[in-house]
Amino acid sequence: MSAISELSSISRRKGKATPEEKKANRRDNKAAYIFLLPWLVGLVAITIGPMLMSLYLSFTDYNLLQPPEWTGLDNFTRMLSDARLHNSLRVTFTYVFIGVPLQLAVALLIALVLDKGLRGLPFYRSVFYLPSLLGGSVAVAILWKQIFGTTGLVNQVLAMFGIQGPGWISDPSTALGSIILLHVWTFGAPMIIFLAGLRQIPNMYYEAARVDGATTLQQFGRITLPMLSPIIFFNLVLQIIGSFQSFTQAFIVSGGNGGPSDSTMFFTLYLYQKGFGQFDMGYASAMAWVLLLIIGVFTAINFIASKYWVFYDD
Amino acid sequence: MTTKLETLPTPDEKSAGAGKPTNRKRRVRESRGTLAFSRAQRGKSLMKHGILILAGGLMIYPLLWMVVSSLRPNELIFREPGLWLNSLEMSNYTSGWSALTHPFGHYMLNSAIVVIGSILGNLVSCSMAAYAFARLQFTGKKLFFGIMLLTIMLPFHVVIVPQYILFSQIGWVNTFWPLLVPKLLATDAFFVFLMVQFIRGIPRELDEAARIDGAGHPRIFLQVILPLMVPALATTTIFTFIWTWNDFFGALIYLTDPDMFTVPVALRAFVDSQSATSWGSLFAMSIVSLLPVFLVFLFGQRFLIKGIATTGIK
Repeated sequence: MSAISELSSISRRKGKATPEEKKANRRDNKAAYIFLLPWLVGLVAITIGPMLMSLYLSFTDYNLLQPPEWTGLDNFTRMLSDARLHNSLRVTFTYVFIGVPLQLAVALLIALVLDKGLRGLPFYRSVFYLPSLLGGSVAVAILWKQIFGTTGLVNQVLAMFGIQGPGWISDPSTALGSIILLHVWTFGAPMIIFLAGLRQIPNMYYEAARVDGATTLQQFGRITLPMLSPIIFFNLVLQIIGSFQSFTQAFIVSGGNGGPSDSTMFFTLYLYQKGFGQFDMGYASAMAWVLLLIIGVFTAINFIASKYWVFYDD
Repeated sequence: MTTKLETLPTPDEKSAGAGKPTNRKRRVRESRGTLAFSRAQRGKSLMKHGILILAGGLMIYPLLWMVVSSLRPNELIFREPGLWLNSLEMSNYTSGWSALTHPFGHYMLNSAIVVIGSILGNLVSCSMAAYAFARLQFTGKKLFFGIMLLTIMLPFHVVIVPQYILFSQIGWVNTFWPLLVPKLLATDAFFVFLMVQFIRGIPRELDEAARIDGAGHPRIFLQVILPLMVPALATTTIFTFIWTWNDFFGALIYLTDPDMFTVPVALRAFVDSQSATSWGSLFAMSIVSLLPVFLVFLFGQRFLIKGIATTGIK
């Protein structure tokens, strides 16, 4: 809730330096830049410099061996007719649009159950949070590969009921679903943010509502949801940005090739293949900028839409 | 929103406050004064615990099953969905440990070097930048602060191609430098922000008093601010540990020589090199790779929870 709201408030605070501040300015300037030196060097050498270079490379053909060759918009027009890229976009969008809302819904549901002065909260919180912490690791991706394998845990359980399960990961129609499930399984981090948000809602609102005879459902719709909307917004923005960049799980589960039949070929996985598999650095750079654009557009839409549904109490 | 942030309860307050709602419940119960009501309450709470234990069990089951499976003979893994162990089979661990070119300890050591270097880098560079942003006035402060916040949301794919080109031209591929240098240069802006928020909560009177006593910024930073921001430093340490330990993408790109493999890339190589029948040793090494993260989780929970609740890092 913080980094995002800080960012939107910065523009509002622009241009209000008092004379006192200006005096302090001069005194602290030198010290400040010394303290900022590592960050500044990093900003230029590791972030902005590479960004500019990747922008340049996106208009070139470059394979690391020969110098980059300017090809104008070629990379971008190539994308228009690249069916695998279109598919990778479809896979990524499906993952984000199904995985994120599902994960946030589960996170909110469990946070609500955990909220009201429940005994053993720290215990439950740990249990639900642990997968979140391990979920991004190669080890858990390996586990997932087994769980949804043809002879995996899920099918062993199904067999106990006499059901012959499919090869979840080897079947293109269910492979992406298993990765989405892995994403939903890691709902612990947004859950903790929801829990923190729920604690900020003053109890008197609920007490007043109860006096007025509001049902639990009414209290949820009229108090909890509006009061929690900034937190929901925060989680939504963070999860969308993060989910568009998912890589490890798809890479391991699919054996690095986005299979079966490209059904788990995430955009980032395709970018990796183009850049670091085929050393088509120009195309990979162009893809990276498309990814930045997509994430930027979604974040902007989120911010604009938030004016209509996010409610700020203060 | 920032003020809200500062009022977030610390984990200690949370546990202390856990009694509060119970008191309220008791008060409500007393005001009604009927035994039936309290029985209904207890039933409801029992049901809640039942649902939570069931859900939590389902969440943790795959992990427990992986632990148990790593202690089973291979052929049983594909037949046993349960958690019963007839005998302890340690052979998976011994065969897994030496399944690759180097014993698994070699990769753990590589990971440890990268993790410790990253932690030191983040602690030094992020705290310095945070001090400048939180306490010093300087030209371009708002602009730089805004940029810093934006870099938190920047997808790393946009910079990864040129970064790779840069580091490969310096000759740093297959060294740990590409993984360490960005940390030394405060590119994990999340932590800069986390520390800025924390320093803002430290009373200014403290460093002003030190300044009157003739202390310069280096001394104020080292002797006043740093000792007070230990919780923020601990949060940074823990998250850097877990992220770096789990980092797959960076290691996959930069470390192609098996000598230099960190744990995630080694595990991936293990998956590729083994036929599907050696799940047991694969699981055993997965458990070994998850163990450090799990230990950090056990001992650093309080900081983990606080870090997520305030900044959304996971």
